[in-house]
Amino acid sequence: MDAENKQIYGVLAEFRNPKELVDAASSVKKSGYQDFDTYAPFPIHGMEKAMGLKKSPLGWIVLGGALTGMIGALALMIWVMGYEYPMNISGKPFINFPIYVPITFEITVLLAAFAATFGMLALNKLPRLYNPLFNVERFSKASDDGFFVHIEASDDLFSEEKVKKLFQDNGATHIETVYDSE
Amino acid sequence: MSTDYKYVPEPALVKGDHSFGSITDLIAKTPLSPTPKLWYLAFGLANILLITLLGAIGYLVWDGTGIWGLNNPAGWGWAIINFVWWVGIGHAGTLISAILFLFRQGWRTAINRFAEAMTIFAVMCAGIFPAIHVGRIWVIYWVFPIPNSMAAWPNFSSPLLWDVFAVSTYFTVSLLFWYVGLIPDFATLRDKAKNKIAKISYGIASLGWTGSFRNWWNYEKAYMILAGLATPLVLSVHTIVSFDFAVSVIPGWHSTIFPPYFVAGAIYSGFAMVLTLMLIARKIYGLEDIMNIDIMEKMNLVMMITGNLVAFAYLMEGFIAWYSGYIYEQGIFWLYVVGPYAWGFWILMFCNVVTPQFLWFKKIRRNVAITFVISIIVNIGMWFERFMISVASLSTDFMPSAWDYYSPTFWDIITYVGTFGLFFTFFLLFLRFLPMVAIAEVKGVMPQADPHNYDEETNEFDIEKTKPVVVQQEQTV
Repeated sequence: MDAENKQIYGVLAEFRNPKELVDAASSVKKSGYQDFDTYAPFPIHGMEKAMGLKKSPLGWIVLGGALTGMIGALALMIWVMGYEYPMNISGKPFINFPIYVPITFEITVLLAAFAATFGMLALNKLPRLYNPLFNVERFSKASDDGFFVHIEASDDLFSEEKVKKLFQDNGATHIETVYDSE
Repeated sequence: MSTDYKYVPEPALVKGDHSFGSITDLIAKTPLSPTPKLWYLAFGLANILLITLLGAIGYLVWDGTGIWGLNNPAGWGWAIINFVWWVGIGHAGTLISAILFLFRQGWRTAINRFAEAMTIFAVMCAGIFPAIHVGRIWVIYWVFPIPNSMAAWPNFSSPLLWDVFAVSTYFTVSLLFWYVGLIPDFATLRDKAKNKIAKISYGIASLGWTGSFRNWWNYEKAYMILAGLATPLVLSVHTIVSFDFAVSVIPGWHSTIFPPYFVAGAIYSGFAMVLTLMLIARKIYGLEDIMNIDIMEKMNLVMMITGNLVAFAYLMEGFIAWYSGYIYEQGIFWLYVVGPYAWGFWILMFCNVVTPQFLWFKKIRRNVAITFVISIIVNIGMWFERFMISVASLSTDFMPSAWDYYSPTFWDIITYVGTFGLFFTFFLLFLRFLPMVAIAEVKGVMPQADPHNYDEETNEFDIEKTKPVVVQQEQTV
């Protein structure tokens, strides 16, 4: 691959520990960048404040799943037991809410759990087949003991030199330009 | 009276001098290094038992449930006992992964992955029994509300149908929860693997996870919601299993204490099973720094508490039998104690009432060998509890003329033994190919993970920062 065909995807910087990563993230945020992200092997306490993240909307997705499950299960049971296939069992009423509780609960939880799992993946845009960050050799440390900040070239304020300078001022141990090979 | 106050720190969750990197190496080394010979031996034995199970099920499908020891009063025998026993064992995994997560118990990270795997495989073993117990397994789809040419629907007022929904939901949610927890660790294995096939397989499983904090942010929310969903779910599952019994009118079954009593028993037996497996695995795989004695002691405490709850429930059963003034209830309790299955009752009393009392002693709670023995005794005891409930209540019910003694046949026994083959086949595959400790979560509870534990000026980790700030109070006169 020659350098002319490569497009700059962003600049990646490595920091020594969670503390430096949080400090770097808040200074990137303060400098006005929008398209940036931090990478660490575990979620770091206080990072959401440093990066200025809003609350995750996942709760609403899960609520949707839960309500679908609840209404669906109740509707199915009322329709089957009350209208489609009524069965006289010891003279009990056909539509009998207490006996619907266990199944309604289970289906509510089931669909809520599906919504939580797949909603989380959708919000994170996973599964993702290709990510230019993996072109960087060092980046494999992000799942082990490396702490990284990445500013994307798509950001309005992006300029390779300025970003590298910003990372240097924050004490990055390693700074590298990330290329998109496609 | 003067008292000296001293700061007593919580013991460190991870023993030894570990960095993030050494934790990765310690846990990732097992799935990424060549298969040890001992593993093949164990896997071979598990496979033989698994084939035995498949053979026993095959013969059952061929010949019908008549090959089991079921007789006229005792229509539920070992199959139902084993079902309840295996489901109960599964409960510890969800308790550790969900309830202890909501209570912010950091020590759960040492064992949660392990216990969740156990949950999934135990529920698989459990699910087999009611399925094959229907006799005509080829029409098992009748339990699901599927439109069919007979225009028939399942009876939603039957506890047995509630059970179908409870156990299948429990299995699915446990699997989702487990997989969500595994995603970051798959990414770690993907980045560590040298072998091409391993790299691609772990890569696919990790779904392209990078450790991005924007992803972690949604991920943590999802994990918390799943824990919040799994918590009432785990309590509901054994409650519904107990409804299989309690909603009927058989003396000894028709009792409102059943749901809490079943749930406590499930957690009790589940913790025992986690301990049995953990004490072997930590030795073989050298994970003593993570699955350490402090964690074993905490698990023993949970076992002591739930064991005593179960013992209290036995006491209550006797009390209610007397207090209700209902002669059949009194009769069945008396028959437990001195009747045809009294041997089972006294084994149960020894295993579940006497054994947990040893755990009042700190020395015993921290002794690996004794804990191992206790954990096995507890599981035997909990099997006998289900035996007494299922068999003793059924075979000596209202009419003495209808009583009959139940004993298992050869096929009952090898079907049960065979489920261990299924369990261990999957469990050994798990130990071999997946990270048995949640790598990301263990790193997250280490003091180095918290930015507040670093010095403001030098940005170096400072152990002093993990201690609370002591404010000297001035004496006021």
